[in-house]
Amino acid sequence: MVFTSFYYHLLAQGLAVSPEEWLTLLEALNQDLAKSSLLEFYYLARMTLVKRVSEYDRFDQAFLSYFQEFSCREGWPKELLSHLEERMEQQPYDPLEVDGRPDLTPEEIEDRMRARLLEQEGIHNGGKHWIGTGGTALYGNGGYHKTGVRVGGSSGHQNAFRVAGERGYRDFREDAVLETRQFQTAFRRLRQMSSRQQGELELDVDQTVAKTCDRGGMLCIVSSPPRKNAIKLLLLFDSGGSMEPFALLCSRVFQAVHQANHFASLKTYFFHNCLYNRVYTTPECVFSQSMETNCLLQQLTPEYRVIFVGDASMPLWELRYYSGGRKGRPGDQIDGLTWLRKLIRVCRGAVWFNPIPERQWTTVKGAPSIRRLREEVPMFPLTVSGLQQGIDRLLLE
Amino acid sequence: MAQEYAGSAGYIASAELQRGVRIAMALGKPLLVKGEPGTGKTMLAESISQAMGMPIYRWNIKSTTKAQEGLYHYDTVQRLYDSQFGGAHVEDIRHYIKLGPLGQALTAAERPVLLIDEIDKADLEFPNDLLWELDRMEFTISETGDVIRGKHRPVVIITSNSEKELPDAFLRRCMFHYIAFPQPEEMEQILRTHLPDLDRTLMEKAMEVFYRLRQVPDLQKKPCTSELLEWIQALEIGGIAPEELDALPILGLLIKKQEDSERLERQKTAGSRHVR
Repeated sequence: MVFTSFYYHLLAQGLAVSPEEWLTLLEALNQDLAKSSLLEFYYLARMTLVKRVSEYDRFDQAFLSYFQEFSCREGWPKELLSHLEERMEQQPYDPLEVDGRPDLTPEEIEDRMRARLLEQEGIHNGGKHWIGTGGTALYGNGGYHKTGVRVGGSSGHQNAFRVAGERGYRDFREDAVLETRQFQTAFRRLRQMSSRQQGELELDVDQTVAKTCDRGGMLCIVSSPPRKNAIKLLLLFDSGGSMEPFALLCSRVFQAVHQANHFASLKTYFFHNCLYNRVYTTPECVFSQSMETNCLLQQLTPEYRVIFVGDASMPLWELRYYSGGRKGRPGDQIDGLTWLRKLIRVCRGAVWFNPIPERQWTTVKGAPSIRRLREEVPMFPLTVSGLQQGIDRLLLE
Repeated sequence: MAQEYAGSAGYIASAELQRGVRIAMALGKPLLVKGEPGTGKTMLAESISQAMGMPIYRWNIKSTTKAQEGLYHYDTVQRLYDSQFGGAHVEDIRHYIKLGPLGQALTAAERPVLLIDEIDKADLEFPNDLLWELDRMEFTISETGDVIRGKHRPVVIITSNSEKELPDAFLRRCMFHYIAFPQPEEMEQILRTHLPDLDRTLMEKAMEVFYRLRQVPDLQKKPCTSELLEWIQALEIGGIAPEELDALPILGLLIKKQEDSERLERQKTAGSRHVR
């Protein structure tokens, strides 16, 4: 089966196509739903094999790289092209003969074709040696050879390359930065139904009515554990300074979390660069709107999970700095890193989301402090896939 | 199927979408449709029903919807009531079994369209609960032991707004089509279909402003087709001349979020002095 190599090509490109979906595509091809056109095949393959817009771009690239080998090469004589345009009906053929030289690369075939073109004098269609149409030789139009050179012919194939080449779905890739809506979707994953917890029960009205009716009116009380999200969440945002470029992004996270309102409890505070003896209730980080970190620690219980959002970029000494980057009380004996550890120890789990793209973490100016903080907290990039990974990690704890 | 789906009166389907519907119908697979709000996901099912003359069954999913409700509902309360106050069919459980939209679609006399609208609203496991019934086109009514078997495989159209990620097992069994936001040429066609008497200059100017607004970075909610239609209608009624559109009149119909309109206000006053 010629196309099986396409299947493995897709897998190799990181598209999780299941055999089931592949069979559906083959079935569709059997019914001739692709109408022998590469453009139709492109759409057919995409709708059967790819189920997420975020993977359209990857599919486009895989499709291009696989099929471009078949595309028309420039620089052949005009007479030959016009001769090939007039197609002839396909002849019955011997597959062994046709695919007899699978070892040839497209370049080798092309070279042989040029050599044969010099020998060729008349018009040849349907043969297996000379360049013509409907034949089984390695070169010509509408032929059978799977890696053969197609010269000229309808540009229907080219359409599919154009569509795939436009890469119109690049913006939907999951490694792209996020919209509020996508944040919300991600945070919706962050739930753990209290039904898993033992003990508490509440009256299930629907089931009680149904059961009572089943028993012909004999009252039968049904109770079940309430379905409420048991997750308690503490969000800590880095604010100001190096975070300015990410202010909009952070405000989206903030909005998304607050709109989600399905957490049993949600606390949001701000800090500047590193966590010290005070946390702030507003992103401006002013003393009048702040509280002692100790006070926050007392309110926390082991049901809480912590999410840090920040670029984690600062001079290393700030991590070991005492008493607040801004307007802290002098004389504090606890440094930033220790505050961080205290907080993480009280809570059930912690992750850090960093708006700086992941590939820059080791090269960016704040690389030393990023590396240091990653030793304390698992860090994920602030992208759709990063957020999902981070939240999954948080649920594991 | 003698004819092929090619859109219907009042609904413009892109060539891509028509192709998708044809393929899904030929293979008998559910077609999952996603896309920005207002791109006509729900309308698609109506349009297929209209164009192909097929009956349609609609199943609007809510956050509390259970898969069972699509199959059938056993009305025990009615039966209890009848048994106490004298109803004619109390002995016959079948009388109290009411088929849901999926059940009705399976038992339809001719090939129907089944719309499962906004499947992502339901619980995370909901789509998985439907797998068997959609695959095998049959289910058992446990109260009576009756097996409901589909006579015709319905054309199943499923819409989703991506509120939740759908389970993989479910996705594998669907065909997937993403309705891209219409290009200006398609938009012109759509406007023509809905507002045949629309003034040409007004339409062109309105579309220009509309696509420019969609380009504004960081809008929380981009205006969509249905909002453009409303806006143009309002412009017509208000007798607003095409030249005045740059001042963004009746903006509330296009921009629904407070933050977005404030942002546009600021941009307008800042003018060309400060280009982002």
